[in-house]
Amino acid sequence: MSPGSDYEAVVGLEIHVQLSTKTKMFCGCALSFGDDPNVHTCPVCLGHPGTLPTINEEAIRYALMIAAALECEVAPRSEFARKNYFYPDLPKGYQISQYDLPIAVNGRLGDVRIHRAHLEEDAAKLIHVGESGRIHGSGASLVDFNRGGTPLVEIVTEPDIRSAAQAREWAQLLRTTIRQLGVSDVNMEEGSLRVDGNISIRPVGSDELGVKTELKNMNSFRFLERGIEAELSRQQDLLDGGEEVVQETLHFDPNDGSLTSLRSKEYAHDYRYFPEPDLVPVVPTEQMLTEARDSLPELPAARRERYVSDLGLSEEAATTLAFQAELAEYFERALAAADGTPAKAIANWVTGELVAALRQAGAEGDLAASKASPEAVAALAGLVEGKTISHGAGKQVLAKLVAGGGDPAEIVEQEGLAQISDSSELEAIVDRAIEAEPQAAEQVRQGNEKAIGRLVGAVMKESKGRADGGTVTKLIRERL
Amino acid sequence: MSDSIDLTVAQAADRIRSGELSAQEYFDAYRERATGDSLNAFLWTAEEADGDADGPLGGIPVAVKDIFCTEGIPTTAGSRILEGYRPPYTATAVRKLREAGARVLGKVNMDEFAMGSSNENSAYGNVLNPWDSGRVPGGSSGGSAAAVAGRLAPCAIGTDTGGSIRQPAALCGIVGMKPTYGAVSRYGIIAFASSLDQCGPLTRDVTDAALLLQALEGRDPCDSTSIGIDGGIELPSREDLKGLTFGIPKELASEAEGIESGVKEVFERTVALIEELGGEVSEAELPHAPHGISAYYVLAPAEASANLARFDGVRYGMRVAAGDLTEMYEETRAKGFGPEVKRRIMLGTYALSSGYYEAYYGRAQRVRTKIAEDFSKAFERFDFVVTPTSPTVAFKLGAKTDDPLAMYMNDYCTVPMPLAGIPAISIPAGVAQPDEGGPELPVGFQIAGPAFSDSAMLDAAHALEGAIGFSHNGGADR
Repeated sequence: MSPGSDYEAVVGLEIHVQLSTKTKMFCGCALSFGDDPNVHTCPVCLGHPGTLPTINEEAIRYALMIAAALECEVAPRSEFARKNYFYPDLPKGYQISQYDLPIAVNGRLGDVRIHRAHLEEDAAKLIHVGESGRIHGSGASLVDFNRGGTPLVEIVTEPDIRSAAQAREWAQLLRTTIRQLGVSDVNMEEGSLRVDGNISIRPVGSDELGVKTELKNMNSFRFLERGIEAELSRQQDLLDGGEEVVQETLHFDPNDGSLTSLRSKEYAHDYRYFPEPDLVPVVPTEQMLTEARDSLPELPAARRERYVSDLGLSEEAATTLAFQAELAEYFERALAAADGTPAKAIANWVTGELVAALRQAGAEGDLAASKASPEAVAALAGLVEGKTISHGAGKQVLAKLVAGGGDPAEIVEQEGLAQISDSSELEAIVDRAIEAEPQAAEQVRQGNEKAIGRLVGAVMKESKGRADGGTVTKLIRERL
Repeated sequence: MSDSIDLTVAQAADRIRSGELSAQEYFDAYRERATGDSLNAFLWTAEEADGDADGPLGGIPVAVKDIFCTEGIPTTAGSRILEGYRPPYTATAVRKLREAGARVLGKVNMDEFAMGSSNENSAYGNVLNPWDSGRVPGGSSGGSAAAVAGRLAPCAIGTDTGGSIRQPAALCGIVGMKPTYGAVSRYGIIAFASSLDQCGPLTRDVTDAALLLQALEGRDPCDSTSIGIDGGIELPSREDLKGLTFGIPKELASEAEGIESGVKEVFERTVALIEELGGEVSEAELPHAPHGISAYYVLAPAEASANLARFDGVRYGMRVAAGDLTEMYEETRAKGFGPEVKRRIMLGTYALSSGYYEAYYGRAQRVRTKIAEDFSKAFERFDFVVTPTSPTVAFKLGAKTDDPLAMYMNDYCTVPMPLAGIPAISIPAGVAQPDEGGPELPVGFQIAGPAFSDSAMLDAAHALEGAIGFSHNGGADR
């Protein structure tokens, strides 16, 4: 949505999360990714005549954990239903899903309300031979049933999202939350996290919902944002041109950012849902609910709160850590190893310099690419806080840690980075700097405070960052 | 060895155990009769006996309705669409029979996907009634009933959804029982209507039915709707009916339309026998039972429309090659399914359609609940309710094929029980002429009890059976 637009984006998300249970939703076949086709199959997940589904208890447990994390109300009695349609990836001719009695409703994550969350089984994977890559026009289609029957939790939000960027940020928060639960790999590229958008726009100030389109195939967070952005501007162009938005399903092509209509809702399937007679209703016991709640790790929202109020971190650092579970875990390990160094200082090193160093090393967000251990970063922060080394020298040490690991104190020793504690040595360097930069010195004398930076810089250059900035400034002022 | 054919399952099992009868010779005797089948009951016959003949059913050959999946053995459900299909696994019911020492003698004919009451809906030809080869054996377990009545097998298993065990048992003059829903695992039974389907025995007498059910029942982790019967099945021993109360629901007896006079007569005579045996009999009410057929013919087709969606030509069974996917689906299903199956798929699809769901499926579910409540009320007063099993004796081949509604009315007295999930048994109570005249043909008497009263029901049926003294010879000595 372009800035200053007369329209407001109204976006809801439908998220499919593949659960990382040991076995499939309704049979005993192992879950897998990347194995040879059709090796994880049995009569049940191949839909042989006479076979019956049985509910995977671990999947129910995982779903209850997700429900608890999303602060949902858990249905005292939920039911599976058959969703009927013909497709070669659906061996029974129906998908076992939940319809009017989902396992969880009315939740919230961050600033987005959750409409419902329900359990279902994944379809098999179709591979279309030929150039189109789609079933129509392909020479042949092959079915890999390994994925068929994988447990899925489908999460449907209320249309509370107001921009493409917000959609991406919220989806990332959801991923972090679910990853922390340990119930899914939540990997968009591998399809264990799939996010579809329900997208509409309306005049700013209106309470009504516009005609929505459903956007599919956004298989990364970047594409999620780009896809929604593209669809929002398509809808705005339509309305600006006096046309109407038609309810349809759109396919996002990440290669060129184009949107293709998949099917119009006018010809929508009638799925003829009805209660699955082969399964008994899911009635969670009080114990199951308690176990689900008790098994929740600290989730991002609570973690951010604790970092700010208990550890005194800035909102920004707290959010960065809380919404990136791996980074938070790294931070917590560093904090545990720290010997009296304030949490705030450690957080700043982790969220600031470490993140920047990773980016510089071309491994943005990938902690595994760094050889710097949390303990080493804690020790480094301690060296800087204790004024053993300057902040500038600390950055040099961090770069070495990221590249090759090791102990910060040893690096300081080897590289001779320890702060100059001998005041006569430092005074000599300051004098030389004033001599070398007479113009700047004169400006400072006349009251131009900004010019002092140039002198400090010269001192730092000569001392190779081993001088403390504060002490240097003080010395310069004394002399001028 | 020909007299071994006259033995009941219980007798034969005893003799095999004592060494008086060779299991191999017993099997061969039946195999010879089954391969010489002139009733078109068998679709497949075993070359040799499987299993080691140990256990309560040690050495007993069983005819298995072709709706039970049997690993490596053709399983068609009476349909063209499964021609040549050999399942990769075996139904729990068949596995349990084998574990009890029984042997699969063969797979027997049936109405396609268990949809029918005359066995005329089989893609593999109709089955003939051993009492009169011009008449139907009933259905859908027509092959099972004819095989037992014609002494091509000592016993059989079938499935009952709306009467598919009890009605053919009645028409062929044998015992047929539908256990409580959940007593026997449905795993491996090709589904017709999942909330109604139940496996049960077809045998020559009540003791044999109990013997088979003993082996069949039990909770199966592969079927979440299976529970088994608490305490198992006891073999019946009752000789009288003292202290037991029997209700005759007027809606399914005196007030029921279309019950043949000969059937009525045998029914009344049997009720008198109950009293002679010390049972108390009075009128019962099942006010919603007359709506059973309407509810059943919405619910069963609705479930069937989904259950039969898997027959799409993609993974197994028949496939008609066509230009594209949709055409392949259409051609395969058009050629693979028979007319009655198509009719029910259409009925069921319609009943579940958006905008019609409440009016049909929703309403039928409510009727179903009402019928179950009616039974619960009746069982507060009575131990059992009794009705004729089928309104008529075996009818002539082709007599009702052009009139689906008339065919559906065969299930009038048998449909309410599966809707309520309760057990019911049909025992042969005598013979009667059809209304239009003709040979004397068997008449079935139905006893139904509360859920999980299977053992008590078998016990009562056993006492009554003794008093009736039905002669099976009309079927065997044809």
